[in-house]
Amino acid sequence: MRTAFIETLCHLARQDTRIWLLAGDLGFSVLERFAQAFPDRFVNVGVAEQNMIGIAAGLALCGKVVFTYSIANFPTFRCLEQIRNDVCHHRANVKIVAVGGGLAYGTLGYTHFGVEDLAVMRCLPHMTVVAPGDPVEARLATQAIASLDGPCYLRLGKAGEAVVHTQEPAFRLGEAILVRPGEDVTLVSTGAILGRVVEAARLLQARGVSAAVLSMPTVHPLDCEALRAAAARTGLVCAIEEHHAVGGLGDAVARALAGGPPTAVRFFALDGQSLATGRQIGGQAYLLERAGLSPQSLCESVLGALRADKGGLARAGR
Amino acid sequence: MLPVDRQAAGPCHSRSLARAVRRRALEMVHRAGAAHIGSSLSAADILAVLYAEILRVDPARPAWPLRDRFIMSKGHAAAALYAVLALRGFFPAEWLDAYCADGSPLAGHVTAHGVPGVEVSTGSLGHGLPLGCGMALAGWRSRQPWRVFVLLSDGECDEGSTWEAALFAAHHGLQNLAAIIDYNKLQGFGAVEDVLRLEPLEAKWQAFGWAVRHCDGHDHTQLAHWLHRLPFEPGKPSLLVAHTIKGKGVGFMENQLAWHYRSPDAAQMAAAIAELDALPQTTETCG
Repeated sequence: MRTAFIETLCHLARQDTRIWLLAGDLGFSVLERFAQAFPDRFVNVGVAEQNMIGIAAGLALCGKVVFTYSIANFPTFRCLEQIRNDVCHHRANVKIVAVGGGLAYGTLGYTHFGVEDLAVMRCLPHMTVVAPGDPVEARLATQAIASLDGPCYLRLGKAGEAVVHTQEPAFRLGEAILVRPGEDVTLVSTGAILGRVVEAARLLQARGVSAAVLSMPTVHPLDCEALRAAAARTGLVCAIEEHHAVGGLGDAVARALAGGPPTAVRFFALDGQSLATGRQIGGQAYLLERAGLSPQSLCESVLGALRADKGGLARAGR
Repeated sequence: MLPVDRQAAGPCHSRSLARAVRRRALEMVHRAGAAHIGSSLSAADILAVLYAEILRVDPARPAWPLRDRFIMSKGHAAAALYAVLALRGFFPAEWLDAYCADGSPLAGHVTAHGVPGVEVSTGSLGHGLPLGCGMALAGWRSRQPWRVFVLLSDGECDEGSTWEAALFAAHHGLQNLAAIIDYNKLQGFGAVEDVLRLEPLEAKWQAFGWAVRHCDGHDHTQLAHWLHRLPFEPGKPSLLVAHTIKGKGVGFMENQLAWHYRSPDAAQMAAAIAELDALPQTTETCG
């Protein structure tokens, strides 16, 4: 995903001389191509994220389109007040890019988990929050945020994510992408866990369940319309994310569906507290498996939810 | 109240401007029951010199792309900034009467939205110098003529982000960036020397790679002398350490921490205005 991002950004920067890239002393073997092609529009600010965001806002207020780049929590949590006051309050044209969202840096430990970012970024004024599901979405999202005038947060996976979209989907900020149609249940996901969710849908197919997969590359503002339409078609909606259970996609989905017809919703997310306090060392796949977010675990959980909800809905007279 | 001509953007004497800023700021915080008058009085002379004769800004075109950028990083001294902007004609002086009032554009910390002449909102400390670095870098790399001025408090030199920016500006040779420290030696909860020592302050900035000068921050001749000589050294950002007195101009407020928080009552207002009026008048008028 990071390769898709930087290749796209280099392409865009060739056409739009307003585009700058700031790095917080990370991006080895990724950012060099931008730095070499556009030395006047690249700055490694050093290990200083607060300063990076302040500089980005200052540049943006002078007409630049500024991307900032770091990993996990560093580009958001370390400099949250700068994002709130300097970027969002002034609606500065700054695009904050985090590589290694979720548990992508698994073995590096809790300090490198980006598992509360969506919650925090979602609540900031004027912030568009984007978490593409595969390298194709990453490329399209990079293009889209570059042409949006205002603050954006782009949460990327790391490297080597499978390509889910074999054909280029229509991509607009704020719109869901129907990855796979289905009738019995809707699986909504955001971010790089999309590949696992599609795999879970295939496993469900083998068990006789037709699962729709809705990718939500834009977490905020959420595509409420697509979500309500999916809920009306399939009933049960399962929100799946590589993020702490509080404040991320699941809460956004529940909020979007509230006020509409009663809909069964299930949440599949990380237990941030257990990640913080537990002694869980391991790679991304291992940690996701332990959190019940492997394709197999998701398949079994969705089957269980379907059994429970069909009964519940039947009792409710549906 | 001094007469104000909104169109009056021509030459203006900094001393009379400072006097008007002090008077206005006192009236504003008195009417609003607001805090931070000590900080506004501390910065009044620096602001007056900047807006009277240093900054290349145009009240008729506050968003003029090539303007100098001024960032009031010590955003709690908002009353003084609003006063100087109104007196220089960026917006009607009547706005000052509604400082901190319900529905007013003028908040108790510097707020950019809807206020011509304010570059950025500030109030949380340690934000101004990084923002200034970004604006200076934009000008420097795009070969634009604008300069960037950042007014810092001494207290915000406690913030790590200020020093991140100090490293950055020197590393990148941002000679179009000038910082001024309003060094009144009092911060939120006590004397700088007691809370968190900054001395040797000039040596610290010099060691970070800045060209540093110092002056009496209430002496307009000294302030103008140095601010007309930017950059102090080629290839370096400039820092002017302006030694000031918190509450300057009103005897009973001077060097008193309490006037970071208190608002003058009617009797105190009368005494303060009388003291300002008793100062020798300059022949030039402004505002």
